[in-house]
Amino acid sequence: MNCLLSAEKISVRYGSLAALTDVDLCVHDGQRHALIGPNGAGKTTLLSVLGATTRPQRGTVRFVGRDVSRLGPAARARRGINRTHQRPAVFATLTAIENIEVAALPRTIRRRRWSPGGTRGAARRTAAELLDQLGLSDLATVPAGHLAHGQRRQLEIAMALAGRPRLLLLDEPAAGLSATEVGRLAELLAALPRQVAVLLVEHHLDLVYALCDTVTVLRDGRTVAAGTPDEIRTSPLVRRAYADGVS
Amino acid sequence: MRDEVLRRVRAAVATLVLAGLLVAPWVVDDYTAAILARTLALGLVGVSVALLTGVAGMPTLGQTAPYAAGAYASAVLGSQVSDVGVVQVAVAALAGATLAAVTLPLVVPARGVIVLMITLAIGELVVTVLGRWRSVTGGTDGLAGIAGVRPFWGLPVLATDQARYLYTLVVVATLVGAVLLLLRTRAGVLLRAGRDDEMRLRASGHRVPLYLSGAHVAAGAIAGAAGSLLVVAQQYISPADFGFDTSALLLLGVVIGGTASVGGALVGAALVIAVRDWLFGVLPGHAPLVLGALFVATVYLLPTGVTRARRPRPVPAPRPPDVAPTRDRDATPELRV
Amino acid sequence: MIAVAAGPNRIDPYVIPALDGVAYGLLVFVAAAGLVFCFGVANILNLAHGMLYAIGGYTAAAVLDGSWASLALALGVGVLAAAAAGVLLAGLLTPVATGNHLTQALLTFGVALAGGSLLVAGFGPDDPQVLVPAALDGSVQVAGHRYAAYRLVFIVVATALAAGLYLTVRRTRAGMLVRAAVDDPEMVACLGVSPTRIRVGVLAAGGALAGAAGVLGAPIIGPGADTADTVLLLSLVVVVLGGLGSMVGTLLAALAIGEIQTLGVALLPSAAPFLLFAAMAAVLAVRARGLALRWAAT
Repeated sequence: MNCLLSAEKISVRYGSLAALTDVDLCVHDGQRHALIGPNGAGKTTLLSVLGATTRPQRGTVRFVGRDVSRLGPAARARRGINRTHQRPAVFATLTAIENIEVAALPRTIRRRRWSPGGTRGAARRTAAELLDQLGLSDLATVPAGHLAHGQRRQLEIAMALAGRPRLLLLDEPAAGLSATEVGRLAELLAALPRQVAVLLVEHHLDLVYALCDTVTVLRDGRTVAAGTPDEIRTSPLVRRAYADGVS
Repeated sequence: MRDEVLRRVRAAVATLVLAGLLVAPWVVDDYTAAILARTLALGLVGVSVALLTGVAGMPTLGQTAPYAAGAYASAVLGSQVSDVGVVQVAVAALAGATLAAVTLPLVVPARGVIVLMITLAIGELVVTVLGRWRSVTGGTDGLAGIAGVRPFWGLPVLATDQARYLYTLVVVATLVGAVLLLLRTRAGVLLRAGRDDEMRLRASGHRVPLYLSGAHVAAGAIAGAAGSLLVVAQQYISPADFGFDTSALLLLGVVIGGTASVGGALVGAALVIAVRDWLFGVLPGHAPLVLGALFVATVYLLPTGVTRARRPRPVPAPRPPDVAPTRDRDATPELRV
Repeated sequence: MIAVAAGPNRIDPYVIPALDGVAYGLLVFVAAAGLVFCFGVANILNLAHGMLYAIGGYTAAAVLDGSWASLALALGVGVLAAAAAGVLLAGLLTPVATGNHLTQALLTFGVALAGGSLLVAGFGPDDPQVLVPAALDGSVQVAGHRYAAYRLVFIVVATALAAGLYLTVRRTRAGMLVRAAVDDPEMVACLGVSPTRIRVGVLAAGGALAGAAGVLGAPIIGPGADTADTVLLLSLVVVVLGGLGSMVGTLLAALAIGEIQTLGVALLPSAAPFLLFAAMAAVLAVRARGLALRWAAT
């Protein structure tokens, strides 16, 4: 088995509405795992549970074998789970490079290896590199609140990467992006280091099939199918799942 | 466009005020020098208000509490420990920081306007306590006849109002300089990030309550230090110096100076206090009326800037993610720093 | 057991303060209800709330002449005047309605400052006398002690008011709207009710409540230069301690504050200044987590 991240029997209810029922999920080290399904399937809810912004009524979340169910978002981030949000969350009055710098700053007061410029200098260098990778270097001194939607989304991904995660949770990263931007996003995700696992909630199925090696399908709060992109693409179960959905 | 104009006006006014403050000791009489010293002390408290309100995103009406703690500590303890000004400032800062530390569990979990309410309540309650604790604070009569202070070992006791003013100026300049330097380190950028989007900062693994606590205690220390300066300037303190009215005036001054600007807060707070004093001298009966109008006018004319209500903390009881409060996200951010 | 049976002296000194605490607490409840209402429904931090109470108090001082008719008149005028002041506040807030809480705090504080100044200018800096109807002016036997008749009657009236408020909030459609708005203020906008109307309504109602409290409570917390500040502080502490979730919570918080201010002071006179602060600290430290959750919606 040996999952990097495992969600076991996750159930989330809102009053009489069951958003998730007994959902199991396993993401392996270095995997590119997509979570797809029609609207209302519970994909974002599941991601919220994994990111600790929603607490399930039942179920456990384990990361690297340890139970992290009780940990909040900051603690999980420190363990190596970083995420982006459906609406890109950036620090609006900070410049683009400062945004990534903040994400790269050490979160503990433990003594770090000395580097020129101190911890802030090191963080700034990481930030500059990441901005470069995104092709956003000339926006470095622009306040993030002034950036376009697509740029903000890229910025947030860079912030998630700056935390050196072992697992990246991406919530609809392609939403609202133009075709060129989606292409650039695909390149960025493809170029991610192998040690970083990615769990991706997406509606953009082309991106999913191009990028991912594993796909889990949710519908009405339950897991309907899981497998390789080819298996999923040809599965009649999945087709039926989407038939009633608006995807 | 309007932001540009505002920026230039603020810069011009700030330059004028700062120049005036530097020149003052050689130009003004004793009485004015004493008033200016007291105004500077309040300006320093305003700096602590800006640190919390503008930089950390915790709007506060309660900085008079550590201010008072520092003042009384300086007057009661400081004079027993040493008559060196620097020591008294340190004692006062410690008192202010301690009070801030003690009130941390009340303030740090709160968000947005609740912080305003809690800090107001704390401020008022501290002043009430001071007023009734006659044995230590002299109650509502206050403490008078406080001994003079030597700024540093080897220097003579401050004997003139001008000398006391200069001392206040030097201490304020040093502390404001320290705050400005501190804000350029990662502390500054982390606080501003938390103010902009607390959830995103948590999502990057940062311990936000720790940072907020640090800011709160630091602000308490600064306000406490200002209390020691008040004692030197007035040589008399009473609970009336620390009322809720003062807190509100400081907040007004900070907003006028540009909420997140530390230098602006010093100038803005000093200006507002000066205007208040002038009004009370000129229109003794109707000063509050004019001041009240000033508050309303400021609110209409100036953006109150940076205090975005922070996004709510993650709620253990599940909430549908797409119904989660997003109004703060969509609010157009004030892009001044 | 034996101590209680043998010595009425044991509990005697505390019956009166305890009763006083109930009266005080109920007064604080009615006075604070307006602030809770404003804040919970319309997310408005009204720092002029104390001034609205003072308006009621000064009206009582001006109108009351010892007759029942004057009491009725004072109540009517006081409620109307305070409600009108609330409407004025709502009007002043409208141009900056999209502003944040700092804006509201500064604006309402400015109005409180100006209004307070006008009140003192009109009535003088000293505490004016309040003449209650003669029938209520004396004292009454309660459990072997003499107790101020007015306060006893006040307890009854305030309880009735509180019950009325409770029923209104629980049983009427308007009350349901209020409760829904407290849970989710954004939803109210979705219901098609204009935010300006809500603001005006809420501030008028809050003012009316504060005014009524000011008139009826004048013999207990009377009008004076400090009244507005005192009432504002007490109301804030009630909001902070009682939370916005339930009226019962608010009532309990108010009663607790009343008892602390009266019985607490009688029991521990040397700790009197610290009691309220300590109580607030204790309650908040325990409830900080729960409160933060509730406030997550505001």
